[in-house]
Amino acid sequence: MATTSTSSTKTLDVESVRRDFPIFETGIAYLDSANTSQRPRQVTGAMQEYFEKYNANILRAAYGISETATERFEGAREKVKRFVNARSAKEIIFTSGTTESINLVAYSWGRANVRAGDLIVCTVMEHHSNLVPWQVLAAEKQARLEFVDVDQQGRLRQDQFQALLEQKPKLVAFNQISNTLGTVNPYREMTAAAGSAGAKVLIDGAQGAPHMGFDVQDAGCDFYAFSSHKMCGPTGVGVLWGRRELLEEMPPFMAGGEMIKVVRLEGTTYADLPHKFEAGTQPIAEVIGLGAAVDYLTGIGFDAIRAHEEQLTEYAYEALTEIEGLRIFGPPLGPDRAGVLSFDVAGIHPHDLSTILDRNGVCVRSGHNCTMPLMTRLDVAAVARASLYLYTTKTEVDRLVQGLKEAKRIFE
Amino acid sequence: MAADEQFYREYILDHYKNPRNFGRIEAADITHEEYNPLCGDMVGMDFRVRDGVIEDVKFHGRGCAISQASASLLTERLKGMTLDEAQQVGKDDVLEELGIDISPARLKCALLSLKVLKVGAYGLAAEEEDEQ
Ligand SMILES: Cc1ncc(COP(=O)(O)O)c(C=O)c1O
Repeated sequence: MATTSTSSTKTLDVESVRRDFPIFETGIAYLDSANTSQRPRQVTGAMQEYFEKYNANILRAAYGISETATERFEGAREKVKRFVNARSAKEIIFTSGTTESINLVAYSWGRANVRAGDLIVCTVMEHHSNLVPWQVLAAEKQARLEFVDVDQQGRLRQDQFQALLEQKPKLVAFNQISNTLGTVNPYREMTAAAGSAGAKVLIDGAQGAPHMGFDVQDAGCDFYAFSSHKMCGPTGVGVLWGRRELLEEMPPFMAGGEMIKVVRLEGTTYADLPHKFEAGTQPIAEVIGLGAAVDYLTGIGFDAIRAHEEQLTEYAYEALTEIEGLRIFGPPLGPDRAGVLSFDVAGIHPHDLSTILDRNGVCVRSGHNCTMPLMTRLDVAAVARASLYLYTTKTEVDRLVQGLKEAKRIFE
Repeated sequence: MAADEQFYREYILDHYKNPRNFGRIEAADITHEEYNPLCGDMVGMDFRVRDGVIEDVKFHGRGCAISQASASLLTERLKGMTLDEAQQVGKDDVLEELGIDISPARLKCALLSLKVLKVGAYGLAAEEEDEQ
């Protein structure tokens, strides 16, 4: 087991967690989990079992292995439903990832509900996936798009947000955790305020779901999007949770097989939720893998995961701060700071940092992290980013610090 | 560690820290800028051309050691060349001059300034240049 019980709270035994991830046998220091996480044997094993024992399409055939596949596929939906505490599994739509989830809302809900002159509120810290779809929608509908700014510490300017809410936006879209600043946004308060102003709320949980989980009923939002590959699951699958009343009314996003009830040449009736939004053959192995990832993470427990990450974030934050000329972006240590540490070092370009780190076996991201407007706002061309997860160790952080010192020596 | 030093060789760091021909040319005959879409890094070049000869060339922009050193080296090579000669300068020349093993991820950094030359001076479509 990856956890041990001490008094009432579970703590995480990182060495035991790491044994579930064969990739660590290669000796790399992997500090890029905000980009994509590693996957444990439990996940790859569940997928392999599908391929080797009951590989068949779902929902379409009446023989044993197809029924097993359908059961496991829908079983994964139940797991995801419990994971986000949805009222019904019909509210869980499988997509190819956060990007498709958000595009689904923009194209289906957005086209049907947003009109010329309507206001959409977004933020400057969004990933392009939660920004460009709204630009496309706003341009098509001649709607207005406004962005909430960040303050000096990388927190959303709540005063600006409140002022925008007074203009009665149709939709508010923001992330749970910023993939560049590591800010944990006060989503409950923001959602409540937006709801009172009559706006629908979409939360991008790509960075939140893997590290803190999410409770859609507690949050009170209307849409929640996340990706499997950042939470120990495979690539190629993600989730859109939507409030049932909204999903029922929304037109289909993609048309084809699986999403229909009856097709006649004169016209077609659509399948009920959730299949109305799941056109074509689904990524069956990936969905089953995502189900296994949910089991894996909830088995360890988000309290234990968050506690481990907090401890490590503090360790990394303090070690990085000691490097002269290094500047960390985003909030200081505290409850609204996640384990995503973007930084730059005076006189050394982030690309050069990551090249030198790579040569020391340390993987970090460098570039704009798909947040170009935020780079402009911070007045930097690029940043380096180290991101932590449940399997990250202090040794890996030490190797990062070592590599950065090495880079400084070379660029002296 | 030795690997790093081989990669970030002394002359590359020297060109990065003390770039040659860095700045702008007023009333240049050719001016062009290109961005590396992966990271937003930029290199721009200004050329003064007399009778088909590159009399002066300067570059500006911001980016990593590889893109900036490569631009600096390229300006040194181009100065005094005819436009016809400059057109012959290719990817291999630039990489050979850099003299280091460039990983695929960093190739765009190394070749950004060459792209500025090709697109700016010869009007090659940026897409064509990317394909090469
Ligand atoms: C905050 C945020 N939103 C959206 C995405 C897009 O996720 P995906 O590429 O899995 O669709 C990412 C991933 O980088 C992200 O960090």
